[in-house]
Amino acid sequence: MSDRKMTEYTDAFKDIPGTVVFDATQSRLGFHLNQFCMSLMKAGNREKFKADERAYLETFPMTPEQRQAVLDRDYNRMIALGGNIYFLAKIGATDGFSFQNLASKMTGVPEEQYKAMMVAGGRSAQGNRSKADKSK
Amino acid sequence: MAKIVAGVATSHIPAVGAAIDLGKTAEPYWQPVFEGYEFSKKWIAEQKPDVIVLVYNDHASAFSLELIPTFAIGCAEAFPPADEGWGPRPVPVVEGYPELAWHIAQSTILDEFDMTIVNKMDVDHGLTVPLSLMYGQPNAWPCKVIPLAVNVVQYPPPTGNRCWNLGRAIRKAVESFDQDLKVMIWGTGGMSHQLQGPRAGLINEEFDTRFLDKLTADPESLARIPHLEYVREAGSEGIELVMWLIMRGALADNAREVYRFYHVPASNTAVGHIILQNPIAENPR
Repeated sequence: MSDRKMTEYTDAFKDIPGTVVFDATQSRLGFHLNQFCMSLMKAGNREKFKADERAYLETFPMTPEQRQAVLDRDYNRMIALGGNIYFLAKIGATDGFSFQNLASKMTGVPEEQYKAMMVAGGRSAQGNRSKADKSK
Repeated sequence: MAKIVAGVATSHIPAVGAAIDLGKTAEPYWQPVFEGYEFSKKWIAEQKPDVIVLVYNDHASAFSLELIPTFAIGCAEAFPPADEGWGPRPVPVVEGYPELAWHIAQSTILDEFDMTIVNKMDVDHGLTVPLSLMYGQPNAWPCKVIPLAVNVVQYPPPTGNRCWNLGRAIRKAVESFDQDLKVMIWGTGGMSHQLQGPRAGLINEEFDTRFLDKLTADPESLARIPHLEYVREAGSEGIELVMWLIMRGALADNAREVYRFYHVPASNTAVGHIILQNPIAENPR
């Protein structure tokens, strides 16, 4: 037996504010949600989804909470329920929204304000490095 | 013999691809981004590489959660652009170089890197945006491309040190390939950015500048940066920078910086770009 503790590796990331690292736990939780997103890479599936979102989501063995988060386009909730942003981006693409639009939804600021923050140099790392030490 | 002559690193932001495809490159928002690649376009037109080993990450296009290879090398004749949710990019099909790709796969496996061999694969913006930035909009890409996909989606991705060493193994593989070929290695992705959650929009110019400096000044120290530091300092998607270390590892220790460009923002991301040249490229026999 080695003394490697996998939780030490994964738990260390939890100190970073506003960030969910897509580790084994998230991956297992979100498998079907992410595979639903993957299905949206086919034009025919995008049409089916748009025609009746609820019915299309029923064809994937996701949890009711995951389905509701998709219907609500609540990206932070989808991430908490195991969604990965590269997969979730396909929902945004299907809706015809830019990535900045998704980012504005996740950060809770209007899109123009988010864009202005980026043009001004983005969100500073200062104060955003550690939950435990907010001065960092 | 085949020789690696230079390395190129660049961000591979999808919105940059969209700006090119939709003819927006002259718009005030985008103009400074594309101006930063004018030197590089002239440089590559003079360099004329035969083959590019293009290190990138797939963004849930070719690989879903069904199959997650840490390192996957494309050995096919051709790689079509992927439909990422809004139809495939209007760019040429990427032509592979199966003979060299298989040679690299075999050589690196014998050097104990357990590569996944891919004979059928669509390639997404991670691979095609760097080509567009360097070559513009040709009817066909002017060189062959060997895609090397690295998992940076599912944690843990490979360590920086593993990437650095894979680069070294690729150098050895290319240099033992018995054809006179001018080969380049590209590392793509980054620089600092975070696409997810309430911390989206994070940019760290200090971290990025230090990273660019150390690519020539002290590259081995970059190989020791742990995943946690990338995510904390460069944002959750800043982890893509480990792929630049494959590029750097494949170059000579004394490769020199030829060009650098840095700009914030392109969409959600800091655009970083650097060209490193191996000394031998300047003194061909």
